[in-house]
Amino acid sequence: MADPMKIRATLQGDVADVRVLMAHPMETGQRKQGGQAVPLHFIQSITAQLNGKTVFSADISQAISRNPVFAFKVKGAKAGDKIVITWKDNKGETRTDETTVRAGS
Amino acid sequence: MRQALVLGFVAAFAAGPWLQAVAQTEDPVAADFDKFRAVLEQDNPAELWEVKGEQLWKTPRGPKNASLEKCDLGLGPGVVKGAYAQMPRYFADVDRVMDAEARIVHCMITLQGFTYAELAKAPFSNATRTPDPVSIVTYVAAQSAGMKLAAPQNHAKEKATYAAGKEIFFYRAGTFDFSCASCHGVDGQRIRTQPLPNFTKPEQAIRSVQGWPGYRMTGGVMHTLQWRLNDCYRQQRFPEPGYASDTLSALLTYLTVNSNGQVYKGPGIKR
Repeated sequence: MADPMKIRATLQGDVADVRVLMAHPMETGQRKQGGQAVPLHFIQSITAQLNGKTVFSADISQAISRNPVFAFKVKGAKAGDKIVITWKDNKGETRTDETTVRAGS
Repeated sequence: MRQALVLGFVAAFAAGPWLQAVAQTEDPVAADFDKFRAVLEQDNPAELWEVKGEQLWKTPRGPKNASLEKCDLGLGPGVVKGAYAQMPRYFADVDRVMDAEARIVHCMITLQGFTYAELAKAPFSNATRTPDPVSIVTYVAAQSAGMKLAAPQNHAKEKATYAAGKEIFFYRAGTFDFSCASCHGVDGQRIRTQPLPNFTKPEQAIRSVQGWPGYRMTGGVMHTLQWRLNDCYRQQRFPEPGYASDTLSALLTYLTVNSNGQVYKGPGIKR
């Protein structure tokens, strides 16, 4: 089971600033350990949903760093709205976490 | 090998006027690096270890199947908030001064039944493994974010440990005839592009504590001060000090007391 994500969603006006921190090794397939290449292991797709509607999705590759951070803004969000983030990697592992949008300062 | 050459180079010029001159001018490159760090700090992967450390702290584990919630970090059993900012300190139950990681290791041994040998066998993180004490230290340190450093100097042993730490800091030995002070006892030195803080001065000593435990982007690993000091010794070509040993507690006491009164920002992020 993959480790949980850390998600923060803060409201600024009617725009939610969402920041996601994912725990993932993101192996490029180039690194060697004991002479053996460490097999590819990276997140392939990410989707973000606001109250069940997909607002952001991305296909990414092994060029993204280990334990990656993604930040994006969602228009029309309100405090208390639910943000759900899902990632899926090339080994078929997947992880979904959610948070609620908090009012900004 | 490369690092050895660089260190030798710095040692040769350590007392020279050339290095002194660098410090006097406000370095625009350093300012840019500070900006870069400020951006990174907003999303520090150290938070992932914070979460893991919290679980490890609260879950019953080890041969005795106990959690660490009865562990006394100096402010009473189980009190984590603010504890990191007030360590190293004297602990009456062991009659010695311990830094945060040494104390956590002590709790894991006495409360949970782990042995020192198994914890000290491979105490530092690598790409595939983070030892439990590292995650726990990260969790504990995060609970002192925004607090002023206040390592106590009340007990006689605390004062003696500070004196010992100072002695160790200035002790020259090894194949390079090096001491911590060779790099960190003079203003304005640097290794390659890295400016080196002078830990004998309070306003610069904070940089020995600030940012640790830290997430290192090179390799994506979480490291504590135990690792950092071990690495200093390795670079000085000293024998490596024992994990969570009195030597490192003494050195950490010297560094932390020198930084007392300044605000600790919690786990950091490194290049």
